[in-house]
Amino acid sequence: MNVSPHTLQAKALTVAVTGLNANDNPGPGLAVIRALRDGFGTEIRIIGLAYETLEPAIYLKDMINKTYRIPYPTAGIEALSERIRQIQEAEQIDVLIPNFDAELFNFIKLEQDLLKQGIHTFLPSHKQLAQRDKVSLKAFGDAHQFDVPEDEAIFSETDLHDLGDRFGYPLMIKGKFYEAYTVQNLSDAHKAFHKLHAKWGLPVIVQKFIKGTEINIAALGDGKGHTLSVIPMRKLYITEKGKAWAGITIENDKLLDLAQNFAKATQWKGGFELEVIMDDGGRFYIIEVNPRFPAWIYLTAAAGQNQPKALVELALGKAVEEFKSYQTGKMFVRYAMDNIVDVGDFQKLSAFGEL
Amino acid sequence: MKLKANIATSENGFIFNPATGDSFISNPIAAEILTLMKTGEDEQGIKQKILGQYEVEGHQLDRDWDDYMLQLKEANLLDL
Repeated sequence: MNVSPHTLQAKALTVAVTGLNANDNPGPGLAVIRALRDGFGTEIRIIGLAYETLEPAIYLKDMINKTYRIPYPTAGIEALSERIRQIQEAEQIDVLIPNFDAELFNFIKLEQDLLKQGIHTFLPSHKQLAQRDKVSLKAFGDAHQFDVPEDEAIFSETDLHDLGDRFGYPLMIKGKFYEAYTVQNLSDAHKAFHKLHAKWGLPVIVQKFIKGTEINIAALGDGKGHTLSVIPMRKLYITEKGKAWAGITIENDKLLDLAQNFAKATQWKGGFELEVIMDDGGRFYIIEVNPRFPAWIYLTAAAGQNQPKALVELALGKAVEEFKSYQTGKMFVRYAMDNIVDVGDFQKLSAFGEL
Repeated sequence: MKLKANIATSENGFIFNPATGDSFISNPIAAEILTLMKTGEDEQGIKQKILGQYEVEGHQLDRDWDDYMLQLKEANLLDL
């Protein structure tokens, strides 16, 4: 009897990941992929889901096995659903990890549809997503005893003048989904408003500036009010765009409590990031809550709590024990590297939507 | 004056506060004092050791000590 070796090979765990824009405002995708490869070794196949042909991680062939272009969130649920269906026929994806705020609404809506096709996710609900969005954050903080700076969502630049007087300068002007500018005067506030309005729409959020140390916390909620992993990181180098380009894990029970209290208040399911400022008095202000892993998430794997790996296991219904310890003083120092790509690869992705 | 229990120091003078992520570099005598503080030695005991080991007047040491303790306090390294 002849048996084809291929039929006897177990299918590798296949995980689809978005957020492949590893540029100066990086998405989390590449860091998630690195953590997954660290955690699962050779037993994993990574499918990249990209919006643009020049998302750098697409061309890192030791990281991503195959990439497919997917439609922008604004194209709607049906377009995304159809495209994922086509990809699933070819790839048999086991778990899908969305890493962009702007796409989460659609993926959450498709959760059951994806599961019927065999694609597992571990996502918050729409209600959880809305609770922590920039417009609702202050009210959420007040309701659950979190310190959140005063802010106001505005639909017109005429509101900037009064808010500048009320909150003082410097002032934070923030986009609905992404980006924030620290402005020193009304003129710069107007410029920032227009930039963010043009790019992300309305409202634009104006937030009081809190002076202090920037600390971000990456955490994983189990959907039942607990965190399975919490890793706080102090930013050591911040780019002009406000991104951490170097950071270090720190040990502070108050920060762990903050993340745990957030998970308890929201019953958060999935990865999340708290952007925190510690003021000179040692008080912690939550300035933003990101509903997915951050771009520095690989540091959690390096510190001993591989959050992306744990999320995949949770998505597949496996039990994951709470992580009890991690290494403090573990640093990341980000770098830029030129990856040489053949134009033929670029052409294939542009023409056929897959590489 | 006691150093916070979780402050990490090295022989070459590197100081790391894991609670805040702050790090500092100390000169050799500052590093030596920190090592003595970590063993639980008190102010008088450390000063005696320094006076016995180095050419320094007592009043100068007192001034330098106060200055150093202020720096450690401002750096959030002391257990107050």
